Amino acid sequence: MKTPNDEAKTRTRRAFTTMGVGALAGYGGWAWLRSRSPRAPEGGVEWPLRGVLRGNEKVAQVYFSHDHLAPTFHVSQVDPARKNGDVGLGDDFEPQQWVLNVQPYGGGQPNQVTMAQIRALPRFEQVTQLNCIEGWTVVQRWVGARLADFTAKYAPNSTRARYVGMQTPDQAYFVGLDMPSALHPQTLLCYEMNGADLTSDHGYPLRLVIPVKYGVKNIKRIGNITYTDSRPEDYWANEGYDWYAGL
Amino acid sequence: MPRLEEKHPLAIRWFHWISFPLLSIMIWSGILIYWANDIYRVGWGDTTLFHFFPDGFYNALNIPQRLAEGMALHFFFMWLFVANGVLYVLYLALTGEWRKVLPDRQSFRDAILVTLHDLHLRKQPPPQGLYNGAQRIAYTAVILMAIGSVITGLAVYKPAQLSWLARLLGGYPMARWEHFWLMMGFVGFFVVHVQQVIRAGWDNFRSMVAGYSLIPSKEANLENSK
Repeated sequence: MKTPNDEAKTRTRRAFTTMGVGALAGYGGWAWLRSRSPRAPEGGVEWPLRGVLRGNEKVAQVYFSHDHLAPTFHVSQVDPARKNGDVGLGDDFEPQQWVLNVQPYGGGQPNQVTMAQIRALPRFEQVTQLNCIEGWTVVQRWVGARLADFTAKYAPNSTRARYVGMQTPDQAYFVGLDMPSALHPQTLLCYEMNGADLTSDHGYPLRLVIPVKYGVKNIKRIGNITYTDSRPEDYWANEGYDWYAGL
Repeated sequence: MPRLEEKHPLAIRWFHWISFPLLSIMIWSGILIYWANDIYRVGWGDTTLFHFFPDGFYNALNIPQRLAEGMALHFFFMWLFVANGVLYVLYLALTGEWRKVLPDRQSFRDAILVTLHDLHLRKQPPPQGLYNGAQRIAYTAVILMAIGSVITGLAVYKPAQLSWLARLLGGYPMARWEHFWLMMGFVGFFVVHVQQVIRAGWDNFRSMVAGYSLIPSKEANLENSK
């Protein structure tokens, strides 16, 4: 007859073997995951991780709504401005010669839009957070035109596009946006910040303010806007960050 | 004769050992993210007693400059972490196992006895059962902390779409602070837990792997004669 001691030995051997195999399988899965290479178009991170970021994007879009507004604040709560990135803000830039190049959906004639035309659009002011992907946040006061209004006026029919791409005039910095986020009521083509015209550091003459995205999507010194069905390249997504970067 | 006593059901053991690497990955990838804005400390005004974390810590663990990687890992493994946690809680709820884990009226008094005993201030061992009072409180707290981590994590993850949640938690910076300290709570739990497991000895550790406890013959006879 089996004694309790024998039974204990058998069960212990079996259980530790199972655990060892499980640990090896877990480690194998981890080693497999971390050895996958990135796949085009977005680099910087193993393709299964990128795949899940894409899946997370789809989940987020189910809940996303133009009625879900980023929190707004009182003017007295505005923080000192904080400058992080200067890619695309090179010195070889003539503000006087600046125009916004707009490529409507479907490949029609590009439009050129002036600052005066953008200022003529309904003016919106909002005091919202700029959430840096690094984890800090500053409350800022922004003034500008809604990208939705701009699109309706200067790129009619372009809201059917899936994406909006934006680049700096020198094309050194570029972002991609999904159309629902681009048309969110708090998404502004911004020309005033904290009660004054934008400074060069913050993207004079025109920048994007999009509180439903991390700071990296709030491109400064916009040179051109493209409405397209193909997912626009994104500077930080190429470095391994989430393309969607939605908040 | 010694005898075997069933202690931890198979499912509990699986949940336990799966949660360990998942929680480790969540904490580690979280620190990869936290590094990019490592503003928390213990201190007041201009006095900082301890900064989270010192450069030596970051460098020893190869933390710096891995924000993108940390985010990708965090938002991958969060699904597995949550799935394991939800299944565990469902299991506890549906099988009635929760009765063995949740503290009861006795637990808080027992927990004081456990603490006094462990600090060698009281000789007599506290009442044990499957889990003693201190264990019940600690294991229940860990479940609540995990739920708290998911809630604060969601507020940090989607502070615009879930602005109501961020507001409820005191705003985005506060939610991030809470998320950080819940993580520190897990680390604190881990340190005490491992120490207590070592103190409790081999039979106890084995029971979380093989499921049973081996009751020595003397005690077994005593219990039989009761």
